[in-house]
Amino acid sequence: MSSLPLSTAQSQFQPRLAQRRFWGAVFMVICWLLSLVSLAVLVSLLVHVWNEGGSWLSLKLLTNYASVLNPREAGLKSALWGTIWLAVLTAIFSITIGIGAAVYLEEFAARNRFTRFIHLNIANLAGVPSIVYGILGLALFVRWCRYDESVLSGALTLTLLILPVIIIAAREALAAVPSSLRQAALALGATRWQTVWHHVLPAALPGIMTGIILAISRAIGETAPLIMVGAVGYIRSVPESLRSPFTALPIQIFDWTGRPQSEFHHLAAAGILVLLGVLLTMNALAAGIRAWQQRSKVQ
Amino acid sequence: MNPPELLPRPTLRVDTNDSSPRPESAPEDAPIRVCDFSLAYGTFQAIKQVSLTIPAREVTAIIGPSGCGKSTLLRSMNRMNDFVSTVRTEGEILYRNVNIYANDCDPVELRRRVGMVFQRPNPFPKSIFKNVAWGARINGYRGNLNELVEESLQKAALWDEVKDKLHQNALTLSGGQQQRLCIARSIALQPEVLLMDEPCSALDPIATSRIEDLIDQLKSQYTVVLVTHNMQQAARVSDRTVFMLMGELVEVDRTSVIFTKPKEQRTQDYISGRFG
Ligand SMILES: Nc1ncnc2c1ncn2[C@@H]1O[C@H](COP(=O)(O)OP(=O)(O)O)[C@@H](O)[C@H]1O
Ligand SMILES: [Mg+2]
Repeated sequence: MSSLPLSTAQSQFQPRLAQRRFWGAVFMVICWLLSLVSLAVLVSLLVHVWNEGGSWLSLKLLTNYASVLNPREAGLKSALWGTIWLAVLTAIFSITIGIGAAVYLEEFAARNRFTRFIHLNIANLAGVPSIVYGILGLALFVRWCRYDESVLSGALTLTLLILPVIIIAAREALAAVPSSLRQAALALGATRWQTVWHHVLPAALPGIMTGIILAISRAIGETAPLIMVGAVGYIRSVPESLRSPFTALPIQIFDWTGRPQSEFHHLAAAGILVLLGVLLTMNALAAGIRAWQQRSKVQ
Repeated sequence: MNPPELLPRPTLRVDTNDSSPRPESAPEDAPIRVCDFSLAYGTFQAIKQVSLTIPAREVTAIIGPSGCGKSTLLRSMNRMNDFVSTVRTEGEILYRNVNIYANDCDPVELRRRVGMVFQRPNPFPKSIFKNVAWGARINGYRGNLNELVEESLQKAALWDEVKDKLHQNALTLSGGQQQRLCIARSIALQPEVLLMDEPCSALDPIATSRIEDLIDQLKSQYTVVLVTHNMQQAARVSDRTVFMLMGELVEVDRTSVIFTKPKEQRTQDYISGRFG
């Protein structure tokens, strides 16, 4: 870097460039180290789980039912299918209700004391521990609605759990859509609904999608609320209807880690790898949809 | 006053309440008449008892220092102020002798007939074709959409530049082209009045002069209300000029009169650049 010619007039500025650059570099190194720490934690966790369960990964694991007596033949077919059922049902319920509520609150509702009260409560609900939702699900869906200890009760409970997160994420995505877009549509004689449906929602969709995927990823990793609504650790069937009994991957993993034989601990590690696989698949799917959205927008 | 045939919708009923003051020399066919109209944002009075007639197929310019209420008055003419929750209005604005602030006036139908072009070009992030066709489609247009799009783009002097890329995203156009696209989008609804809020303020001089030429052509078919902070622009393109100051209408007259021998001292001061 060649230094610039000094101006002849006496300057009131003291740039102290060397010092500022030094602190910039220090800060960069700190940030780099910190991101390294989080990466190291993740990698060591993965390596550990892989060492424990990698050799236990097999097709048998996915196609066999659980077995209490014979760990070598045990699989997590019911848990895998239970998790898929839960994810799909929870997605259907929470996406419709969540986007609907967010659109109403952000685009239609008047900004008065009542809606402010609702906003505040949704934010509070997002921080409620998941076990509390489990108790609510037990009282509401299992007992009161008489859905029993079914995959439907489980999905509805998970829906309650992630709805606040989805509503908040969707509202933020909607609020980030510039108001000039709304005005453009309204000035062309569009109704509010046409404005939202044709312009505001599509513009907010990538943000909404991200929120939904994160929330559902959280939901399928949940254990406590599902135990409350009666997911069972040992079951030798896959759900066939909304009212079928069910289990899920985290529950199966939890069950296996609690058993004394060490073979089951290896199975649990393999189960964790399967769960991570499911999560990664979902995230990849979301990334794919976003990329596709982006592409269709530009062409 | 009879309901004009152009208003078949029952939602825009003729206002029979004749008690409010009306400008006396108003030509009966004036598409918009502002009668003793006031508007407040909360407690702040932004428009103070303005009365004004917008004659058909002329360009009316609204000038005045920034913050004097030009945009507010313009937005009042197609009720785009409805979306500001603190707004309170008094008085009337008549569109074809119908009070648009009456309870039974449907602002959705009004906005199709009184279109608006904004300060910053705001095309939809969709194709050029869809930008023009969308408004017509949602308003139940039954003619040929391809023809409508071509015709509208031609009237907006944009057709030759975009005819080979109608399905390209509108955001790839330049700022001046985007603004002409927004004008085309409004024209496609076959409105009667076009409200333009400083449509050139985000554009370079060449794009500006193209829009000015366009406005000059548009007035053969449409009534144009043009807000501008640029007095030369008002002098160049408008037939009549309205001068506003602090929410009040100070003077309205033929543009040549306003710029040569205004009646009000305040207008004189503003024109000669003594303030604002
Ligand atoms: N949404 C709003 N809420 C409160 N005050 C507003 C709002 N919009 C405009 N105003 C105020 O009303 C006055 C007139 O604004 P505007 O019509 O935009 O002026 P102009 O277009 O002449 O520059 C300004 O003092 C402005 O601060
Ligand atoms: Mg303005």
